[in-house]
Amino acid sequence: MSGIVDRINGLARRIPTWVVYSVYLLPAVWLFYQGVTGGLGPDPVKALEHELGEIALQLLIIGLCITPLRRFVGVNLIRFRRAIGLLAFTYVTLHLLTWAFLDVQTLSRVAEDIIKRPYITIGMAAFVLLVPLAATSNNWSVRKLGPRWRQLHKLTYAAVVLGGVHYIWLVKGIQLEPLVYMAVIMALLGLRLPILASRRASRS
Amino acid sequence: LAGIGGHRAMAQDALEPNSFEDITSYNNYYEFGTGKGDPARYADALTTEPWSVKIDGLVDKPGDYAFEDIMKAMTVEERIYRFRCVEAWSMVVPWNGFELADLLDMAGVQSGAKFVAFETALRPDEMPGVKFPVLDWPYVEGLRLDEAMHPLTIMATGIYGKDIPNQNGAPLRLVVPWKYGFKSIKSIVRISLTDSEPPTAWNKANPREYGFYSNVNPEVSHPRWSQATERPLGGGLFAGRKDTLMFNGYGDEVASLYEGMDLAKFF
Repeated sequence: MSGIVDRINGLARRIPTWVVYSVYLLPAVWLFYQGVTGGLGPDPVKALEHELGEIALQLLIIGLCITPLRRFVGVNLIRFRRAIGLLAFTYVTLHLLTWAFLDVQTLSRVAEDIIKRPYITIGMAAFVLLVPLAATSNNWSVRKLGPRWRQLHKLTYAAVVLGGVHYIWLVKGIQLEPLVYMAVIMALLGLRLPILASRRASRS
Repeated sequence: LAGIGGHRAMAQDALEPNSFEDITSYNNYYEFGTGKGDPARYADALTTEPWSVKIDGLVDKPGDYAFEDIMKAMTVEERIYRFRCVEAWSMVVPWNGFELADLLDMAGVQSGAKFVAFETALRPDEMPGVKFPVLDWPYVEGLRLDEAMHPLTIMATGIYGKDIPNQNGAPLRLVVPWKYGFKSIKSIVRISLTDSEPPTAWNKANPREYGFYSNVNPEVSHPRWSQATERPLGGGLFAGRKDTLMFNGYGDEVASLYEGMDLAKFF
């Protein structure tokens, strides 16, 4: 087991973060290209909107995995956390722009939807919570904010829960996929409960 | 209902049907999965031959009607209709089918009948989507008798002159063009004439969001989204939206069915 962990950690050290950025921006480019050329089916706007939203949620979840992976498994991917977070923010933004400009299109209706439709309100709230996190994801802010930076970035937890609820709320009927996402989110947040989080300290 | 007259000219515009590919690859048929492409992917498993429709309740001649016998007795014609989904997208579909009224007449509707209840096939072995309780299976729908007897209401058995594909509700499905698409129940195995309003699948799942009538109405929002506009499919990524028409543009023909009713209450 520790052999595998060491090998993953060794590999992770050799992969530059720009690789993560480039690889993860490809889906956005590909989806948009597919949308323009008819590859997303009869309703390309909805398909693009949903795919971008789902990738955003996945990235937020990947971001939540990094700390437990290190704490409980010993796999250290912490140097990719900023990239994952910024990519998540990028996909949330693209998702929002697709919804506003390609789907709803009328700005007054965009505003009306944000106010009147609760699942959109909470989706928007998740985006708003991520803005200060993206804005402070540079070294200068980390130094400047000190311990408050860690506190501030716990807003991710709220944002990802809101994102999960947004997904459950927007589908028709009881559907499995958004519930699976929510279960994963809850499990990952559960690993941060003080009783579990203290395990590493007591073991080491 | 003021304003219906204003849509008259638009309602009579020539309709440009969507492609066969669009109509048969983008479907809501949750028995085969909730993804839009799932029905086209999995509905091949549905056995549609032999097929019979049980017609019962308040009819003179109840019984199991074989699909072939129904087709022999009915006159199939083409109807090009707007199709408006409650999810706020729309298509134009060239259906082939016969008037539901003709089928009901064949069975002989008794004087006490006030509603028509419909039921979709439930085949767990052929329908992967029914393993999960997205809805309370089998899918059921209903119409008031006057809605069912309306000449615009058809049972569709084809699209573009071909047999209707399984994902679109083979071998026969309801089409009620002035109502949201989910009212147009697919792959019908049972039609019952009743004297009281029958339960409907989406209304059972969420009565606040889906009413018995579910007439297309731009002025009554779905609680989670507006119904004022729609995305006509087939125009690509930058096609934009258009205003949704009252009764999906069929107001001249059907508005009189609802005279005096508060359509915000009976949504």
